[in-house]
Amino acid sequence: MDVTLKVQRFDPEAADPKPYWENFQVSIEDNGTVLDALIKVREDNDGSFSLRCSCRSSICGSCAVRINGHAGLACKTQAQKVIKDGVITVEPAGNMPVVKDLVVNFDGFWDKVMEVEPYLKPEGPEPEAEYIASNDAMLHLSGVTACIMCGACYSDCTVLEVDPTFLGPAALAKAYRFTADPRDGDENGVSRDRLEQLNKPTGMWDCTRCMECVTACPKGVAPMDRIMALRDQALEAGFHNTNGARHTEAFSDSVEHSGWLDELRLVPKSLGMTNVSALVGYAPIAIQAITHGKMPPIIHKKLPDSKNVRKLFDKVQGPKQR
Amino acid sequence: MKYAFFPGCVSRGGCPELYPATKLICEKLEIELQEMPAASCTGAGVLQEKNELLGDTLNARTFAMAEALDLPILTICSTCQGVMSQANHRMKNPEYLAKINGFLAEEGLEYKGNARPKHLLWVLVEDIGLDKLLSLITRPLAGMRMAPFYGCYIVRPTDALEFEDHPERQSALEQIIETIGATVVDFAGKTRCCGFPILTINERNSMAMVGKHTSEAKDLGADAMITPCPLCHLNLDSFQPKAAAQAGRPIELPILHMPQAIGLAMGLSPQDMGLKRHIVNTKPLLTKIGAGV
Repeated sequence: MDVTLKVQRFDPEAADPKPYWENFQVSIEDNGTVLDALIKVREDNDGSFSLRCSCRSSICGSCAVRINGHAGLACKTQAQKVIKDGVITVEPAGNMPVVKDLVVNFDGFWDKVMEVEPYLKPEGPEPEAEYIASNDAMLHLSGVTACIMCGACYSDCTVLEVDPTFLGPAALAKAYRFTADPRDGDENGVSRDRLEQLNKPTGMWDCTRCMECVTACPKGVAPMDRIMALRDQALEAGFHNTNGARHTEAFSDSVEHSGWLDELRLVPKSLGMTNVSALVGYAPIAIQAITHGKMPPIIHKKLPDSKNVRKLFDKVQGPKQR
Repeated sequence: MKYAFFPGCVSRGGCPELYPATKLICEKLEIELQEMPAASCTGAGVLQEKNELLGDTLNARTFAMAEALDLPILTICSTCQGVMSQANHRMKNPEYLAKINGFLAEEGLEYKGNARPKHLLWVLVEDIGLDKLLSLITRPLAGMRMAPFYGCYIVRPTDALEFEDHPERQSALEQIIETIGATVVDFAGKTRCCGFPILTINERNSMAMVGKHTSEAKDLGADAMITPCPLCHLNLDSFQPKAAAQAGRPIELPILHMPQAIGLAMGLSPQDMGLKRHIVNTKPLLTKIGAGV
């Protein structure tokens, strides 16, 4: 098949280094991949065209790029599935500085993976022989250990786009790989120290739940789902003193007691009812809502049969957790 | 056509202009909406952080109510759409569904697995048809440049949203914009996050997202942004002045709920569409389309 590759290029040694677009016409097998097309460009059109690749089997994680605006592995993406009007657009992965053409600098990515201390940290006395973990306790980790560190999730993370200090989906998923490992943490497998660190700003609560990382991940790691699991672990371990934790609890309480969301009270409850400066900061927004007739109802009425919703909370969670 | 109506919490709370605007355009489209007054919140992905099974059970309860009415579900919130689709996707597993039905039994409900919740956006494109919509357009928004803003949950994850079976869903909002006579302003932010979920958690990042998307669309010449998600609307409209202050530049981009834009093109009045409730001034926009107030 004939493909027009519209590629974003960058040469740091140019007189005026700026990203620019260049089109290449290449011919590949009908079942060829985007990587096949990119390699053709390098071999047939321009030997200076730079890209990373190695295994061509979605194992090594080298060839993550943005294809038609979304991150993925070039070697795992069939050209015919993404071609639009004969054109495939390829850009370097996002949220990382471009070194040259499609090659980006992963330093920030790796620094964050290292920040979560990606190794087991058992507490308490060492066992006489090896640490033992049952199959059942480890099987659920197979999804997250499938991560090949390709950076696709990091590339498309909407938070990193506006805040480079966010730990990001790959590092947080890696952290979950350890907090969910029964050998990590105390004798009950609770990794309190880790959860305490991840509970801080730039950690688990800064994720917007936009699911870009879930879509971008070529290995089904679903980093956002792991971040949600981290939040659940943090709440279970008793870390309630964050806006994120308060938001989740207040939201849940509202649905439990009335069947639907009490928006008016959600904001102050999330900020903390004693957090005077934050509450005062919201006063202009509240006044604006009142003057524009956008204030949620002051009296939050329960839905009909809301007692049945409450019963479901009891049945699923168990009354003890309430 | 008749649907079990799931308006979501925000159209009756922080965006009270959305609910009546929806009712009015549905009347014109001959879409009959049957309320489900006892249907609970979907959990919006927040409850699911704490307990996914609980969130799915609440959604199964709503689905069972719609099945009892023998009606498909219509929602007007991208977040509700996504959360319901994800719950439904997980409940394709018969064991999981049986477990959930065990919780529902006491209320006399059983979810058989046949609910197909659909956002009004999809209903218009797939069930009603754009020809029917076009036939009701009396004041085409000609000359108006509109940037689509979908909201995360109506575009991801694609498997739960059944994009493979419904490829038209990827461009549904652009199709609506064209049908009501406006010009699409395509921009990179259209499927990104508005920042609403972290508004009370990391306001600075949330405002940065609002500022980034609205200013990008504005700089591309958009007269307005149109969204099928009331949560996105809350952040992009109500918090736009704050985002502009943080960005250190004026933005002033009106944000329309999708039903409002359709209603205006159907000749309905700006008052009926609740535009006075907007924070960003919509008057220049209304003057441009000849609906000045």
